[in-house]
Amino acid sequence: MQDFQKLIQKKKFWNGLAVVLGFITLLFSLLVVLVLFYDLAKTGVPRLSTDFFLNFPSRFPAKAGILSAWVGTLAVMGVTALCAIPLGVATGVYLEEYAPQNWFTILIELNIVNLAAVPSITFGLMALGIFVYEFGFGNSILTAGLTLGLLVLPIVIVATRESLRAIPQTIREASMSLGASRWQTVRDHLVPYSSGGILTGVIIALSRAIGETAPLITIGALTFIAFLPHPPFIADPPFISFQWLSDAFTVLPIQLFNWVSRPQEEFHVNAAATGVVLLSLTLLMNAVAIYLRYRFRRGIKW
Amino acid sequence: MKLGKKEAALRRRFHQKISEFVIESLLFTAALVSVLLTVAIAGILIKESIPFFEHVSLKEFLTEREWTPMFDQARFGILPLVSGTLLTALIALMVAIPLGTIAAIYLSEFVSPPTREIFKPCLELLSAVPTVVYGYFALLFVTPILRNFFPEIGFNVLSAGLVIGVMIIPYVSSLSEDAMRAVPNDLREGSYAMGATRIETAIKVVFPAALSGITSAYILGISRAIGETMVVAIAAGMQPNLTWNPLEPSETITAFIVQVSMGDLPHGSIGYQSIYVAGLTLLIITMVFNVIGFVLRRFFREAY
Repeated sequence: MQDFQKLIQKKKFWNGLAVVLGFITLLFSLLVVLVLFYDLAKTGVPRLSTDFFLNFPSRFPAKAGILSAWVGTLAVMGVTALCAIPLGVATGVYLEEYAPQNWFTILIELNIVNLAAVPSITFGLMALGIFVYEFGFGNSILTAGLTLGLLVLPIVIVATRESLRAIPQTIREASMSLGASRWQTVRDHLVPYSSGGILTGVIIALSRAIGETAPLITIGALTFIAFLPHPPFIADPPFISFQWLSDAFTVLPIQLFNWVSRPQEEFHVNAAATGVVLLSLTLLMNAVAIYLRYRFRRGIKW
Repeated sequence: MKLGKKEAALRRRFHQKISEFVIESLLFTAALVSVLLTVAIAGILIKESIPFFEHVSLKEFLTEREWTPMFDQARFGILPLVSGTLLTALIALMVAIPLGTIAAIYLSEFVSPPTREIFKPCLELLSAVPTVVYGYFALLFVTPILRNFFPEIGFNVLSAGLVIGVMIIPYVSSLSEDAMRAVPNDLREGSYAMGATRIETAIKVVFPAALSGITSAYILGISRAIGETMVVAIAAGMQPNLTWNPLEPSETITAFIVQVSMGDLPHGSIGYQSIYVAGLTLLIITMVFNVIGFVLRRFFREAY
């Protein structure tokens, strides 16, 4: 009897230990993010000022700012979204709603899974060879946006497919039995109902693109940029200009990399301040995505 | 009158058929882009690598122990870059696989679903941090801490590897957790009924049953660790170095590509070609691990 009790105690002990270990692991990862943020904030926050946001980079650390970087990030993200959202949603819709069960569909699916494992820097090499030299786009906002758009494409595709799959088959049958065609079903029912999940995926995708550095360095973006891209709106008709697409650019993570690679301490402070801005942006986007996912999961009951 | 109506209806159906066809073709084209993308990546890497091997023999590439493509006396041995890459990835995996697996077991087997909803985002935050911020962290936070133990280190592989390890924990844990949760409950209940505790069930029943999916998680972790760029470029020192000592500076394949891209690079020069050769090597290494993963997954697959 006592042997049994001892055995049970021993088992309970190990089980308890596992619980503690698991909890500590989670706590550790949360702690890393907190320490990282605190370390950045401690060095960087005092440097944040209006001037820091409104100045161009400079040789003098105290005068340097991130104006061209955040404007560049904004412009590049616009192109990225315009590239990744239509392509990703269309691919997701095709694979879920249209694709026949054949070897080619399986090839496309396998390919998307594999793309997620391809190192991001090879996307940069592809962009350098094809967009920069073959197509002659140069190291421009257009090249950067397309590169990042293709890089995060799998995230959008997977999110679209998952939220389409969550819609019960009965919705499709009901729509089609009322005479709606396949496309009408997709346009009027499936895409609107899955838009929450798609939106979450798009935000996650953009938050990855915003911090992505390596592929942009590869296309030659690591240069000194002390000017803004051309404005998208002009005074003369047709009032909209696409000149900015072919402008050279810099983005927040590249500016950060530039500053952290210098030996002077003062530039490290600038790097930390940029890091605070960048990290706040990505964490905010992820928080929004997590909140949206939570809300949509709760809100919809079929 | 009646005929006209019928004709109109027919015409409408015809138009609809056409527009349905056009839309399906458009959607198919979009899906085709992802395939073309893979072809483009592999194609351009191979195309730009071919002229490189007209200068450098494959034997020199694989056996030469120095990599100095930008020097006057250029040497083209990929070994130092490969060793740097594998060493960094190894350190990262020594962090990510144990921690990621523990986190996955905990989330899948020990925690109630509402708590999981709260805990999981905490883990996902790790993958939300931009890699360049991790690089800053590795250079200006982790390296100074390591200096307490090893006073004379500067740039080093260890800090980069450790930070990458933490960074890829969510990749390992999230897929592992999915795999473990997909294990049918009958198996767990059978184990509990035999008097096993949760941890015994997790390790001896659920983990082996989910091993196929867990392998995918590990392979994704390896791919991420091998392909990670900015952390090593910032913290590991960018010096090709054929060494297994993690306290020395070294350079990975990815960091080399960054280093060369930072300078002005004439299109078609040997330096330009060398980054494509490096990229091709990187892709091949990643693919080898993915094929190994595919085979292992087949091997471990269990059907219920």
